[in-house]
Amino acid sequence: MEQTQKKVIVSLKDIFVRFDGEVILNHINLDIHEKEFVTILGPSGCGKTTTLRIIGGFVEPESGDVIFDGERINGLPPHKRHVNTVFQKYSLFPHLNVYDNVAFGLKLKKLPKDEIKKKVTKMLATVDLKGYEKRSIQKLSGGQQQRVAIARALVCDPDIILLDEPLGALDLKLRKSMQLELKEIQQQTEKTFIYVTHDQEEALTMSDRVVVMNNGVIEQTGTPEEVYNEPVNAFVADFIGEANILNGTMIDDCRIRILGKELECVDKGFGKNTPVDVVIRPEDIIIVPEENGQLIGTVESVTFKGVHYEMSIRVGKCEILVHSTRSAEPGKTVGMRVIPFNIQIMNKLLPIEDNTIETTVSYSSPDDNSFEFELEDETVTVEGHCYPEGSRLKIHLPFDALSIAGEGEGDLKDVYIESVVYKGEHNEIILESDSRKWLMLSDTDEQVATYVPLWFDFSKAVFEVLDSPETEEG
Amino acid sequence: MKSKKLSLPYIAWMLVFTMIPLVMIGITAFKDRQGNFSLEPFANAFGYSGVFFKSLWIALLSTLICLVLAYPLAYLLTRMKKSSQNLIQMLLMIPMWMNFLLRIYAWVILLQKNGPLDTALSLLGIHGTYIGNTGAVVVGMVYEYLPFMVLPIYTVMSKIDTGLIEAAQDLGSNGAQVFGRVIFPLSLPGVISGITMVFVPSASTFLVSQYLGGTDDIMIGDVIDKIFWTDSNTGSAISLVLMVFIFVFLVIMNLFGDEEAIA
Repeated sequence: MEQTQKKVIVSLKDIFVRFDGEVILNHINLDIHEKEFVTILGPSGCGKTTTLRIIGGFVEPESGDVIFDGERINGLPPHKRHVNTVFQKYSLFPHLNVYDNVAFGLKLKKLPKDEIKKKVTKMLATVDLKGYEKRSIQKLSGGQQQRVAIARALVCDPDIILLDEPLGALDLKLRKSMQLELKEIQQQTEKTFIYVTHDQEEALTMSDRVVVMNNGVIEQTGTPEEVYNEPVNAFVADFIGEANILNGTMIDDCRIRILGKELECVDKGFGKNTPVDVVIRPEDIIIVPEENGQLIGTVESVTFKGVHYEMSIRVGKCEILVHSTRSAEPGKTVGMRVIPFNIQIMNKLLPIEDNTIETTVSYSSPDDNSFEFELEDETVTVEGHCYPEGSRLKIHLPFDALSIAGEGEGDLKDVYIESVVYKGEHNEIILESDSRKWLMLSDTDEQVATYVPLWFDFSKAVFEVLDSPETEEG
Repeated sequence: MKSKKLSLPYIAWMLVFTMIPLVMIGITAFKDRQGNFSLEPFANAFGYSGVFFKSLWIALLSTLICLVLAYPLAYLLTRMKKSSQNLIQMLLMIPMWMNFLLRIYAWVILLQKNGPLDTALSLLGIHGTYIGNTGAVVVGMVYEYLPFMVLPIYTVMSKIDTGLIEAAQDLGSNGAQVFGRVIFPLSLPGVISGITMVFVPSASTFLVSQYLGGTDDIMIGDVIDKIFWTDSNTGSAISLVLMVFIFVFLVIMNLFGDEEAIA
């Protein structure tokens, strides 16, 4: 970080968590500094809440260390940690009124009564709930309950406040005003806030630093500007803000080929002729007359969005999203320009050319012209090809030979959808099975963090025999 | 409108089988044997005040023992695996499939001279009968009404949001403090309905004391049962007095409940 070196207050080292055999956090490392507003951002099921609960002491990692202020605190129960949480559903005590809810932690600390009263009154004023002391919790609105929950955590004067999607249950308008209020409270109280959300806008608005997570790993950590302007991969680019993510080839330093055109960019060090992902934000594309365009396309649709027009422009088979203050007629051919600085180059999420399976034929049936092999404890049958039992094979499956839509159990039963990224033409879907990852193309939108069956279409596969068994021919 | 119509059968039922008999009892209680207005039945009823207080005492004792047994059981139940919870709930319910009288007979057999308990204790050189005393009545009542104490407490406890327990831990409560400051206060509605569900029927119960109790363990329910056939006026008067007692008790319990909700 270029900021003034602040003290690290909590540090997660190589944290690994598994529930029922399912990996939730896969060796994550994270340092959080004093007085920082850090947001952990990711889709549901990415492990962000678990990360928070590890710091709170509600989940014990299977391996890895939680370091708090230089001390290892693994196994320390929640009530002994200098951390307080604002829970997702507030979890206010229904049998206590506003005052007693806020005073709950202070009473446990056995502070003198008048001191408790002073602190609670001051805290209620901070969260704008002066005069609500005697109110019952049930008689408060969602926003007010939210504030009580924040006051209850803050009044204990912890080193860190953990917030688990605290604004999720509020309506949009209230959420916006609470975002600003939370930021204000954080700056006023000078506490470390660790905030969990799946709302990218919330993360960008409030945070000093954003931690983007997916499928149990941290994809990127950086300031809101960094994660927005310089996403490290297609997942981050797709998750934060709107983006055109395209397949490209890095020809050489500062030369990129996308959509059949060679463009200048500013990124270096990707090597020569390397397949990469390219991000261009819709607001960075400038519409120009056809003859001046680096890229040329046809306007397909125009939607007025208030501040700008949102246009969908087709370049070949690919759809490009453009935000512009000037409108263009649908059906018109236009040119587009992007300055080199606004072309962001990223390594591919899964740098493979096809899905390769290396295996041994376990059963062969020349009569049916088919064979079987074992894959992750399941038997896969291939029809239309036959290789003798014991042959070593390398099977190349192109991206479009994989499918997750169909009836029944599939060739592989439960594969996890790790990410879905729209590449202007198809969705590129990364799947994770027990021992490896797969890349497939799909035209339908799939839900990330769900489990689906996976089928292979071997008619599109290429078979390569590595080693044939000694055949005894008489 | 629709809901009103649907409740008609219930209202009719209450009117015919509850309200009318109640009014009849109210009228009978204020008449002498000749059918004239009289307070004589109540004068007779007060003759049974000893039985009255003994009944209330036995009911109170049974309720307290039920509470002491049921509360920890309900608490432990909520912390078990779901499958174990179901199994224990089942075990609690199974005896209730059996007839009430049979269950009392079972206790008679268990506690009587030369019964299993006597036989077992004889091995230690202790002889005697364990039936025919107040203790036996209380044991029978506790056995009878324990599920009515466990189930409401368990139901209320299992509905306590685990988030509240985590919040309490988060704010600095250790195990005992979580229980004292969150679980216990939030379980009180269950305790109150459990007490009501055990105390009310046990105060007016009959037969248990006839089978398990001694001659002076007769309860007010038994008195009503006996006397009604020969002197329905006094029987009605005793019933009314008992009702007043129970009503007062319920009001007190409700006050408790309300206060808990507010405080």
